[in-house]
Amino acid sequence: MQYDVDARGYYGNFGGAYIPEMLYPNVEELRTRYLEIMQQPDFQKEFADLLRHYVGRPTPLYHATRLSEKYNANIYLKREDLCHTGAHKINNTIGQILLAKRLGKQKIIAETGAGQHGVATATVCALMGMECIVYMGKLDMDRQRPNVERMRILGTKVVPALSGNMTLKDATNEAMRHWINHPTDTHYIIGSVVGPHPYPHMVTLFQSVISEEIKKQLIAEIGQPNPDYVVACVGGGSNAAGAFYHYLNEEHVNLIGVEAAGLGVDSGESAATTALGKPGVLHGSKTLLMQTSDGQVVEPYSISAGLDYPGIGPLHAHLFETGRVQFVNATDDEAMNAGIELARMEGIIPAIESAHAIAALAKLELTKEDVVVVNLSGRGDKDLETYIRWGKY
Amino acid sequence: MKNRITELLSNTKKPVLSVFYTAGFPNLNDTEAIAISLEAAGADLIEIGIPFSDPVADGPTIQASNKKALENGMTVELLLKQVTSIRSKIKLPIVLMGYLNPVMQYGVERFFKDASAAGVDGLILPDLPLDEFPQYEALTASLNLSVSFLISPTTSEARIRKIDALSSGFIYAVSASSTTGAKDEFSSEQMAYFQKLKSLKLSNPFLIGFGISNSKTYAQACTNAAGAIVGSSFINQISTSKNLETDIRQFVKSLTA
Repeated sequence: MQYDVDARGYYGNFGGAYIPEMLYPNVEELRTRYLEIMQQPDFQKEFADLLRHYVGRPTPLYHATRLSEKYNANIYLKREDLCHTGAHKINNTIGQILLAKRLGKQKIIAETGAGQHGVATATVCALMGMECIVYMGKLDMDRQRPNVERMRILGTKVVPALSGNMTLKDATNEAMRHWINHPTDTHYIIGSVVGPHPYPHMVTLFQSVISEEIKKQLIAEIGQPNPDYVVACVGGGSNAAGAFYHYLNEEHVNLIGVEAAGLGVDSGESAATTALGKPGVLHGSKTLLMQTSDGQVVEPYSISAGLDYPGIGPLHAHLFETGRVQFVNATDDEAMNAGIELARMEGIIPAIESAHAIAALAKLELTKEDVVVVNLSGRGDKDLETYIRWGKY
Repeated sequence: MKNRITELLSNTKKPVLSVFYTAGFPNLNDTEAIAISLEAAGADLIEIGIPFSDPVADGPTIQASNKKALENGMTVELLLKQVTSIRSKIKLPIVLMGYLNPVMQYGVERFFKDASAAGVDGLILPDLPLDEFPQYEALTASLNLSVSFLISPTTSEARIRKIDALSSGFIYAVSASSTTGAKDEFSSEQMAYFQKLKSLKLSNPFLIGFGISNSKTYAQACTNAAGAIVGSSFINQISTSKNLETDIRQFVKSLTA
């Protein structure tokens, strides 16, 4: 089975570049250059150096003994929460800003939902001395005040998206509109494995360092690179794409994607795209999309601001369709309880996105010999307010 | 029967005025009254927008009209019914313009067939990739539907030629690297761009859209193009209209004066 992108920019039936002509030159420039630039030795050296000395990679693979005992398996946590800025998002923003520099771009734009990708983008722009504008839904700005201020401290201009429902989807629309209006000097750093080709592939490659490291670390831990399970949460799907990437062709490794069920898959307040979505086109790619029967995009819901996106990356749509990845979901309450459990048992407060991945452990039929890697994509500092409001601890 | 758009553009001696508006805006059933008023006022072609929740190529005016139209209950199915009725009352060519996703959910081929049966003459689907179109080309041709693709000032000449080969009816030339929205006048760079387009002697006529808002920009566009498309400023005009017929007549008059 073919899991990588094909020459036309598709993963099976999904992907492509469904963009208005005004965006074509920008996307085409990227498409023709990204692989060539990423293969240049000086790019690879600068990327590797920054990941090591600035981001703090390799991130630890931690054997969570108390969690292992509880779930009757060998559970390892891939500690992306220990990355600089607190989540895996920076792996991608470092890669893209190095690429943008080599494309001769002077300005950077990005979208953000919860603010993690916005902070990761603002961080690398400060690092490289580049001008940065981040679009963020007005509603999200109100909900995620600390991240808005973090971006501002880093010198980024945060622009409220006032259209639609004023959340991540609308911030993405606004960033695309900005790019249409500034086609030559600006690079758009998309934060997930979504958007027109080559974004899903490019972001996956930048995040693939996660599974590359897991393989090496497992050899040291258990004498071989492959676990029985890799578990990761999926909003747009960038941390999952990175954690799955080097295992896609290892068919005996079970890959588990965990979506946000919100108040329940059938409650009308959910973000479980594979359960609720149908093929459609949004933000430049054909993928699974939550929408009405008339093709209007539905506003998703999750307690986690990083998972409430109405689509998933086209790679994940393909992995779902082919059955290579098993998609499960966790409700708000299941995720919050899992987050508290991890805090109490291992002393790690996870991001609520990542808590969804922990919550999936209870849904797997594990045996004592099973080796399970959970990608702990982010830390929970940004979510303290949500934990406090939820209050059941 | 000849396609109404092709007929219009091959017979007319004067520039063509094409007016874009969003279906179901300002009120759900205004789609028909606006079309009738536009014909009476002297417009040459009408483009009816299929509203979408996420119109990324549009500026604030058209975004707002999309949102309102959806709140009003507009759907692809209803729009096709409205067009059937409009077609029985006016002779102008009718173009439907919309983002791909609502069309995909309706079924792309079913949409083409039903649009043609409703009396639609042409389609503009801005986010349909050029490379995805050839699979539908035989069908749209057999249905006598023209399909217009967009070009922008950053589109290379080689690509313009490719777009020209795949387009029928007319090419939609976007006046600037921008989203939709009204502008007061075109710059000398834009005028030079229009002139360059004319010098390419494409097989399709081209209409200029984005930024047409007054008699000045309309006249500037028509200097080099077969005509111009006005959208945002028309929608601004009708959004608060108490009398669509009068306001539309005045709007068309003020543009073409």
